[in-house]
Amino acid sequence: MAKKIENVGCPFCGVCCDDLVVTVSDDGKKILEVENSCIIGSTVFHRAMSERHTLPRLRQPDGTFKEISYDEAIDYTAKVLHNAKKPLIYGFGSTNCEGMAAAAKVAEQAGAVLDNCASICHGSSFLAIFDNGYPSCTLGEVKNRADVIVYWGANPAHAHPRHMSRYSIFPRGFFTGKGHKGRKIIVIDPRHTDTAQVADIHLQVQQGHDYDLFDAFRTVVRGHDIPDVVAGVKKEQIIEAVDIMKKARFGTIFYGMGLCHSDGRNHNVDIAISLTRDLNDFTKWTIMAMRGHYNITGPGAVWSWQYGFPYCLDLTKRDIAHMNPGETSSVDLAMREEVDAFINIGTDAAAHFPIEPVKRLRKHPWITIDPHPNMATEISDLHIPVGIVGVEVPGIVYRMDNVPIQYRNVIEPPEGVPSDEELFERIYERLCELEAEDAAREPAKAAPEGARAGE
Amino acid sequence: MGELIIKNGFVFDPLQEIKGDRMDIGIKDGRIVETSALSSPKTIDAAGMAVMAGGVDVHSHVVGPKVNVGRLFRPEDKLFKSPLKRCDRMEMGFSVPSTFKTGYDYARMGYVFVNEAAMPPLHSPHVHEEIRDTPIIDNAAMPVFGNNWFTLEYLKNNEIENNAAYTAWLLRATRGFAIKVVNPGGTEAWGWGLNCESIHDPVPYFDITPAKIITGLIETNEFLGLPHSMHLHCNNLGNPGNYVDALDSFKLAEGYTAKNTFGRDQVLHMTHVQFSSYGGDSWRNIDSQTKEIMDYVNAHDNITIDIGQVTLDETTTMTADGPFEHHLRSLNNLKWANTDVELETAAGIVPYIYSPNVKVSTIQWAIGLELALYSNDLMRTFITTDHPNAGPFIRYPRVIKWLMSRAARDETMKTFKWLDRTIESTTIDSIDRELTLYEIAQMTRAGPAKALGISNIYGGLAPGMDANVAIYALNPEDMPSDPDMIENAFSRCAYLVKDGIVTVRDGEVVAEPAKRTVWVDVKVPENAQVQRDIYEHFLRHYSVGVENYQLFEANLHNPRVIEVDSTQ
Repeated sequence: MAKKIENVGCPFCGVCCDDLVVTVSDDGKKILEVENSCIIGSTVFHRAMSERHTLPRLRQPDGTFKEISYDEAIDYTAKVLHNAKKPLIYGFGSTNCEGMAAAAKVAEQAGAVLDNCASICHGSSFLAIFDNGYPSCTLGEVKNRADVIVYWGANPAHAHPRHMSRYSIFPRGFFTGKGHKGRKIIVIDPRHTDTAQVADIHLQVQQGHDYDLFDAFRTVVRGHDIPDVVAGVKKEQIIEAVDIMKKARFGTIFYGMGLCHSDGRNHNVDIAISLTRDLNDFTKWTIMAMRGHYNITGPGAVWSWQYGFPYCLDLTKRDIAHMNPGETSSVDLAMREEVDAFINIGTDAAAHFPIEPVKRLRKHPWITIDPHPNMATEISDLHIPVGIVGVEVPGIVYRMDNVPIQYRNVIEPPEGVPSDEELFERIYERLCELEAEDAAREPAKAAPEGARAGE
Repeated sequence: MGELIIKNGFVFDPLQEIKGDRMDIGIKDGRIVETSALSSPKTIDAAGMAVMAGGVDVHSHVVGPKVNVGRLFRPEDKLFKSPLKRCDRMEMGFSVPSTFKTGYDYARMGYVFVNEAAMPPLHSPHVHEEIRDTPIIDNAAMPVFGNNWFTLEYLKNNEIENNAAYTAWLLRATRGFAIKVVNPGGTEAWGWGLNCESIHDPVPYFDITPAKIITGLIETNEFLGLPHSMHLHCNNLGNPGNYVDALDSFKLAEGYTAKNTFGRDQVLHMTHVQFSSYGGDSWRNIDSQTKEIMDYVNAHDNITIDIGQVTLDETTTMTADGPFEHHLRSLNNLKWANTDVELETAAGIVPYIYSPNVKVSTIQWAIGLELALYSNDLMRTFITTDHPNAGPFIRYPRVIKWLMSRAARDETMKTFKWLDRTIESTTIDSIDRELTLYEIAQMTRAGPAKALGISNIYGGLAPGMDANVAIYALNPEDMPSDPDMIENAFSRCAYLVKDGIVTVRDGEVVAEPAKRTVWVDVKVPENAQVQRDIYEHFLRHYSVGVENYQLFEANLHNPRVIEVDSTQ
């Protein structure tokens, strides 16, 4: 008899659907069927059944990999961290918060730079939030109250497949019994995307001119005149859209990479927040970043309560944390060749970074921690396989609206394969041992004699 | 665990009415014991020092989603304001410190128990994750009820029993501690950008008044017999003329008496009353109405308050009172974060600078102190700064200094730009009262512990209680002439013993004993209607499943459960 496991969370995107039903074989070892998920989500589960590495693989002088034990891999990693002057630990989009907390402990002990995928993704949102705040809400609020939805520079039809049906356009909520018939949808995108397909109004903004258009929106909201065409959009269209927005009972702006990574970047997000704030003088408006991976919101949360910064944390001073994106962000550090060891965890830096920083990072030890082979594992010196969060490892993840979702596992990881958290805890222990050995070897430095100035 | 004896200190334990007697305190296996029960204890010499129970904070925002947004969106709160690492983990931040700094700093001040003031139930796994990372101190967290759709619907229909069953379910689902109410009805109205400005202003759609929510939740609380009372942040907070609303809210508690087995006497705890004691009708003519407020509080035994003292720092305001934060943003034009939480609550966060150069700030400063100085019963009036709203909790020692020393108050007032206007609008300059160490012990440990219903475990030094002892380098027979010495002594306690372990010595953390999560488990009869309502709301209106909403056992860390049986 196969058994059905209900209320399973999906380890793919920031929508964090928690209504999956997964059927596993009687012995609890095989995943047979995944219900309620989108096609990408179900692939994550089925991929667990593919051929898996169950031992770490260490690069040999001839370029091939050789399987080694976990103890050896942990020792290798701890030594790399211990010997490096400025190691970088980067990734975390696809692991649980317990793993992130354990990794931070390692980074603090090792004096490392700690960074997550926001560094090349919604980092510009953080910069805007630092400057201008973040009037937001949970996704259930959108479902229950919103009668106007704006997608700006985002294409959930492809990137967040169940976002529109679970939270924004289609669901019937408490005050929104008519579902999508009671909602107005505005999509702002230079392309006629599949999301634009379902919009009441699609404004085809000229690429790279989002800031101009926001400015026009704010001007009209405040009752002033604008030019006949702004950012390729006609004045009448802008006025029509603003009118809908001002008359909303409750509205939400969902924005994506179209704002964060086109000209203007954090300034685009900044003015989007200002527009939201302005609209709150008339009615209720909220704004939300369409975060990508299922737990990329997690490191921003965990490291904020541990250090007060969401990303680009420089812990190399060892007694105080420091954040300055541009100076302490992964790509910039790599480009300046400031880091001399790299741990890639829960993401694929080789696929997502520009090629030049990858080449420069590659000059130093590169360790990848990931359940599956990917581009990063294949250029690594060491690949450490771990259990898949949400499939084999339970834990807390943060949805794009900062709501914590408790994920469960449906099967056990392959025998002997640890979770990210266990792995980092063991690396931490080994690192402390190495430091203790060092301290024992080096005689304690004698204190200089004589009084210090001012004493 | 070892044995310990604290010798020759001046002991202040209001729960046993010990007023500075020279006594020895025995500790064995993490509990206070009679000194005769010790065989070969280690000794701490407390001669010439004040010995008190470990501090208990009744209301402080230290863990959870809005606290964390405050940390995340204020990198400037770390810059040049974070001390260098000297414990196990780095300590970052000033007004909204990291979890590690929070635990260490409370310990350095001699505190052992901190009650998180507002937990959005949907976010309870987040709250418990942060509790795990807050070292040393024991934490409890109060889920918010005052704008919860279940609560609004039950109370509108006078269904106290159903509301009680739901309350018990939610306390268990979130591993919560007590019933917190923030701007009842007003925060739900904020879902539409509106507010309830008085207790008679009905909630849109739900058509229930804040007054009815308040009395309904008092009744629910006493029906269940919870350790703590209903804990209220009242309507129209932070606005000139709002002392009327505070008095109206107080009056709702008339006729109710506490029913519980935890030694609690009040039915209503009104929090950060400083923010609700304003006269006048604009920021131009705002004045202090603390006399009116405290005359009422002094005459009514079924109420407790905490002061919410403004500390004149740059800080970060954060509250589940969403409309208030939006209003505040329009006043100071600084950055504004907001999070509305489906079916439950909202939160707003705005940085704020309480400056001695600003008249309203200095009037607020005077109001907070007046509340304490006019109190006839300091077992019902507690020190808080509504951390971090009126100032960070690390300023408690400074607040104590102001309360214990007229000279210290005068010294601070000298720095006020609008001193004359402040004196005109308040009565602080006419008050000579200086509180004693015994009264400070009432306000910071015995009183809060009694009000929270945990005075059998925390807040006192009777045999059988947890061995939480704070020792301060202050000699009651020879108090320092310089009031700053008082602040120093309370900032860095000479010793903190937590659970029988010497945790702080000379103001430095020397050990990290395991911390606990305190929660309340209430037994109620099976209630099919409430079960069905929960099923329906989660099926149709929540964005997470009910099975994933309830905290998993694995995500609760080192629990200490307080059991209540309401079926008897």
